[in-house]
Amino acid sequence: MGLTTAARWRLLLVAVLAVLSIVGFMTWNVQSDWAFIIEYRGSRLLAMLLVAVAMGVSTLVFQTLTHSRILTPSLMGFDVLYVLVHALGLAFWARLGLGSMPAVVFVLDVLLMAGIALVLFRLLFGDSVRGLHLLILLGMLGGLLFRELTELALRVLDPTEFSIQSGRSIASFSRINLSLLWVALVLTLGCVTLVFTQRRRLDVLNLGRDVAINLGVSYRRTVTLLLVVASVLVSVSTALVGPMLFFGLLATNLAYWISGTHQHSWTLVTTVLVAVVCLVGGQLLVEQILQSRLPFVMLLELCGGVLFILLLLRGVRE
Amino acid sequence: MIEAKTLSKRYNERLVVQDVSLQIPRGGVTAIIGPNGAGKSTLLSMISRLTPMSAGSVEIDGMDVTRTPGPELAKRLSILRQHNQTSLRLSVRDLVAFGRFPHSGGRLTAEDQHHIDEALDYLSLNEFQDRHLDELSGGQRQRAYVAMVMCQDTDYVLLDEPLNNIDMRFAVDMMQLLRRAADEKGKTVVVVLHDINFASCYSDHIIAMRGGKLAWQGTPDEVMRDEILSELYEIPMQVHELNGQRICVYFRMG
Amino acid sequence: MTTSSSTASTGRCALLLTCGAALLVILLALASLNTGASQMKLLHLLTQPDDRVTRVLFASRLPRTVALTLAGAGLAVAGLLMQMLARNRLVEPGTVGTFSAASFGMLLAALINPGMALWLKFVLVSVCAALGSWLFLAILQRIPLRSALIVPLVGLVLSAVLASGSGLVASLFELGQALRAWNSGDFSAILRGRYELLWVAAGMTVLAMLLADRFTVIGMGKDFATNVGINYAALMVLGVLMVSLISASVVITAGALPFVGLVVPNLVRALVGDNMRRGIVLVALCGAALMLVADLLGRLLIHPYEVPSANLLAIVGSLVFIVILLRGRRQWA
Repeated sequence: MGLTTAARWRLLLVAVLAVLSIVGFMTWNVQSDWAFIIEYRGSRLLAMLLVAVAMGVSTLVFQTLTHSRILTPSLMGFDVLYVLVHALGLAFWARLGLGSMPAVVFVLDVLLMAGIALVLFRLLFGDSVRGLHLLILLGMLGGLLFRELTELALRVLDPTEFSIQSGRSIASFSRINLSLLWVALVLTLGCVTLVFTQRRRLDVLNLGRDVAINLGVSYRRTVTLLLVVASVLVSVSTALVGPMLFFGLLATNLAYWISGTHQHSWTLVTTVLVAVVCLVGGQLLVEQILQSRLPFVMLLELCGGVLFILLLLRGVRE
Repeated sequence: MIEAKTLSKRYNERLVVQDVSLQIPRGGVTAIIGPNGAGKSTLLSMISRLTPMSAGSVEIDGMDVTRTPGPELAKRLSILRQHNQTSLRLSVRDLVAFGRFPHSGGRLTAEDQHHIDEALDYLSLNEFQDRHLDELSGGQRQRAYVAMVMCQDTDYVLLDEPLNNIDMRFAVDMMQLLRRAADEKGKTVVVVLHDINFASCYSDHIIAMRGGKLAWQGTPDEVMRDEILSELYEIPMQVHELNGQRICVYFRMG
Repeated sequence: MTTSSSTASTGRCALLLTCGAALLVILLALASLNTGASQMKLLHLLTQPDDRVTRVLFASRLPRTVALTLAGAGLAVAGLLMQMLARNRLVEPGTVGTFSAASFGMLLAALINPGMALWLKFVLVSVCAALGSWLFLAILQRIPLRSALIVPLVGLVLSAVLASGSGLVASLFELGQALRAWNSGDFSAILRGRYELLWVAAGMTVLAMLLADRFTVIGMGKDFATNVGINYAALMVLGVLMVSLISASVVITAGALPFVGLVVPNLVRALVGDNMRRGIVLVALCGAALMLVADLLGRLLIHPYEVPSANLLAIVGSLVFIVILLRGRRQWA
């Protein structure tokens, strides 16, 4: 079950690229004083690393659970659910005097999110892969419904002031929510540790429900737990930079190709490295080296989307 | 001993298995037969906790399958279903190694390696062990999955139509292997079969189902009878004795 | 005997439903003619028939009502066609990428030449819509369809991918606002001279009614269709073209209008069953009715302002979609 020699080289290359991206991002084009740069770029870097880890790991887990290489947890509308929870929660938390503590509010939001996700999965998850497909579709439609209802409410409440807002705002690394950085770090590390302890069970889940149960994995419980973890990771990422639909797809599929295995102890590491190279390296390339004003995240999303189409046209499993 | 009590399964309004109570003693090969839609596979997957039951209970050596922890049960009982398609690029050896998961949680010990070698050997898969699953023929892949289940080394081995999609030679191989597992290793093998003659020749005990209910059960000598089989499958059937085996003929009657 | 008599009774039932739906469309059309920003009511035609009244009626109210009827009927039939081409009841042009591709076409037209002739724009947008639909159907043929749900899932994701491409291009050329308008259809800007493209959709709707039998056979799959002597490939191409022409004309005239093509055929199927020769007229009528209702509601909710029909349709549509999924839960899962 190890890696082939070629895969080892590829993995090493990605690791080197990841390190180079990080170093480059911190040091390229530094003109003003270092203390400022380290603080300014350092916090942005940390946010990007967290997003890379959160999106990569949650997508990988999600794809194993759904036996599919073309789905991402962001499709399920977790981001929308997070926004809803945040908006509804805000008024309530403020009454409790927590309004001025964004980190506490964030943790409460995420806990609430995880709780809602848990209840929804329990209610709807039909204990099979097709049950998961149903869940994803319902998630997508629920997200759509919520967006459209918000739009309608805005129009009805104030017809004159209504400025058409984009249906789904786009993630951006120039507007990172830095006040949440440390909480996000703790949550991400917690979730990733949890996933890593489950890596062997994830290998078994990859063989399908029946085989997994035969081998003694308590299927429903494990899947529900992992889905909740994925939803927490998605909300962390959404809270930091905004929604990203297809970036995870790009990271995991490149990782499958690079590692050439389905063993999670390898694919988890590879996915994270690939995600870091794409996000940090890409940002470095576009923003600092090319000095381009191209909307980088949209570009990344489009790459993921095109990869999705190519995968489907090549007839990859689902 | 496997003991099912008043087991039922209901999908919407349809009763697929209705009030089945039976005991399968330790040791030997037990075959479950019956026409399409008799509820054979559903019964087997309820016994092996793959499908939750609507009513009733199943105990394996006194352990309730719905309450016993998964890993605990996975060391006692293994189940192989009919359709095991996976598009993972796994080698045969990797797949078989998963059979050790209940014992070692994925961290393979020397003892596990020994079990894996033995299982590969048992199913004559040695030469294929490094081939990927998607490069194998249907019959070879089926054998790889059976090897995984053997490697799991459980007292009870349940198989749902393991002879599907494999030709006569491999079917005979497979049945002989199951027979050997029961005789040499003392395993309890429960197998759903479509071909009643395989059931007759290889099993110690036959359970016949019809319309979701237990219709007959007994030794091959007791169940392999013209009137029982004709009633079970609703076509005329004749049982002949050939070389000491009871063979049923139904291809062209009258 | 029982079968034939029950067929006859379903037939009678379908006929009754069709008449009822036609009546409903007429009533709704009258209501639509009677509603608008200006104070003009239909009654004024009798009590104070002057120039102003007829001008409002013929320049604004009538074009809008006709456009709504044609677009609604067209979209519902396009949805039905798409469902047969994809052999899945949970799809429609809005959820498989046809609309997204069409608005990408609008974007291209705006980039090439904002003042492009209408017919040229129509050709461009139709080609884009056809490519988008074809992409979806090509993907469907290449993936193992282990569950009916994977089909709408792939469609929705494909749609989102195409939309993200349009979003990138639009943001580079500062056309985001326009793109949003194309993605959210409404009929507030319909006047005489600005809806006539929808007659193409009407033509396609009639053509679909004439070919309903053949498309029903297509819906049973390639082998079956070939077996009964139908040119599968040619009819697939024709089907994609019809769906694309309807979608393009609607997107150019009003913008994308989601879920009409999903809700209506499923509703009609629940009423009269799967045989589409019997159902297709009813589908067209119900589509028109739904469109008229959505537009009327949009005009009345925050009068004198308007809520775009697309907004209301998306709410109703996603709700209905969710109900369909939950009701068929055991069947899908």
